[in-house]
Amino acid sequence: MLLQTHGLTASYGQFKALFGIDLAVAKGECLAIIGANGAGKTTLLRSITGVLRNAPGMVMHRGEAIGDLPADRVMQRGIAMVPEGRKLFPSLSVEENLLIGGQVRGGSGPWGLEAIYDLFPILRERRRSPGTALSGGQQQMVAIGRALMSNPDLLLCDEISLGLAPVVIRDIYAALPRIRASGMAVVIVEQDIARALSVADRVVCMMEGRITLEGTPAQLNRAQIHAAYFGEAA
Amino acid sequence: MIWVDTVVQGVLLGGLYALFAAGLSLVFGIMRLVNLAHGDMIVAAAFLILLLVQGLGLNPFLAALLAAPAMFAFGWLLQRFILNRVLGKDILPPLLVTFGLSVALQNGMLEAFSADSRRIPIGPLESASVSLGGITVGVMPLLTFGSAVAVIVVLNQIFYRTALGRAFRATSDDPVTASLMGINPRGIFAMATGLAMVVVTIAALYLGMRSNFDPSIGPARLIYAFEAVIIGGLGSLWGTLAGGIIIGVAQTLGAAINPEWQILAGHIAFLVVLVIRPRGLFPRALD
Ligand SMILES: Nc1ncnc2c1ncn2[C@@H]1O[C@H](COP(=O)(O)OP(=O)(O)OP(=O)(O)O)[C@@H](O)[C@H]1O
Ligand SMILES: [Mg+2]
Repeated sequence: MLLQTHGLTASYGQFKALFGIDLAVAKGECLAIIGANGAGKTTLLRSITGVLRNAPGMVMHRGEAIGDLPADRVMQRGIAMVPEGRKLFPSLSVEENLLIGGQVRGGSGPWGLEAIYDLFPILRERRRSPGTALSGGQQQMVAIGRALMSNPDLLLCDEISLGLAPVVIRDIYAALPRIRASGMAVVIVEQDIARALSVADRVVCMMEGRITLEGTPAQLNRAQIHAAYFGEAA
Repeated sequence: MIWVDTVVQGVLLGGLYALFAAGLSLVFGIMRLVNLAHGDMIVAAAFLILLLVQGLGLNPFLAALLAAPAMFAFGWLLQRFILNRVLGKDILPPLLVTFGLSVALQNGMLEAFSADSRRIPIGPLESASVSLGGITVGVMPLLTFGSAVAVIVVLNQIFYRTALGRAFRATSDDPVTASLMGINPRGIFAMATGLAMVVVTIAALYLGMRSNFDPSIGPARLIYAFEAVIIGGLGSLWGTLAGGIIIGVAQTLGAAINPEWQILAGHIAFLVVLVIRPRGLFPRALD
């Protein structure tokens, strides 16, 4: 397994946000995490990336315990994140936002500036603009490109379609096959269930800090998902 | 002509203030840390240079070159092991720590070097002057101003042309997202304070060569530096130079009218700029 979590918990002060999450991501796999607002999806990604720290064994990457590593060390191992809300650096141009993604870890792998510009050609035209001067969809492209620049073996994407127009979402998802073709595993957090089912190899549904359903899109039916998502029978 | 002369002297004096302020501006710009011990660190670096000059018989400029890496290491360690621990949402803890550091540095220097006034000897350079279109200017003030401009150009090049500078700006924008890029914000802050201490060494060189200093003068130098940074707009290095020049010109103009008004005129200029532009001359859009 590329990544595993074992009984992963997380809290914000007194508030417990995750109650023992067991998750596994295989090499090259595309896993979608769905769940309502506040289910704990972002918290799960923040725990994996080391923004929230844990007991070492709660997160395993390529067989090594990484639960207690800080975010910069986790990233250097090859886990890259497209954070919720894109989080571009306002002081950096589009190109600098991309470059900084590959600054510490980059090197060997297919993804570099040119490859990103080929994936999202509009970014080449806008490369001198401040990152935050772009439209929401273009900013999302920068955030994805920035994460790819480190040539990770695991890419975590938190709500890449949030707040974007349908055509823009389609453009962004059109890049997913090319990203996966380079061999990396992708975890997408997605509120659009139909979208998640159509792109993922496997789907995990979360509710109130727990995993309530897991399976391949073919295995899951609407009633099951509805129950797992909202916590009631359809 | 006398007025032109006065303004030119003021501009050159502003270079010295900008040198005092550049390190402060750098650290504030990157980590929103106000270092109350900045002035004392300049004095400490001046003592270090003086020790090298007297102990090894070195030229002051060469001594500063040797002192710079030592000061970088000092800044790096200070940030890594003390200041990083108190940086956070609350701005009070770092203020208290650097205030304590200021007191400790002053007393430490008093123990080590006594309260006597010192000066870094530079020989004939001290009174050397050149004539520029009818105005006589001292070589030392000219050199100081040139160094201030050079320091700011180099810092801007680092900021906007290097990978380290990119990491400085990204970390300043958002340390959590920077860490998701594999950057260790604490390491970046340590580099920034180390770099600021190199600038402090350059400021110390000119402070020590151009005026007498003793362990107690740090806080007074800090005030000019603060005023320059605030007038310029927090975090803008060219703004800091402009701020230094405004204070310098106000001081020499004030002194030309009445010698007792020199210091007061600088502070009044500071207040006037703040009344007209509360966020300084070149505020960063983000803040
Ligand atoms: N910084 C925080 N401090 C306190 N509570 C938090 C914090 N961040 C999240 N929470 C709480 O933790 C729970 C899980 O939040 P999380 O952001 O992980 O959910 P999510 O599934 O990503 O939701 P969304 O779809 O809205 O992004 C929620 O109840 C939320 O209110
Ligand atoms: Mg979320």
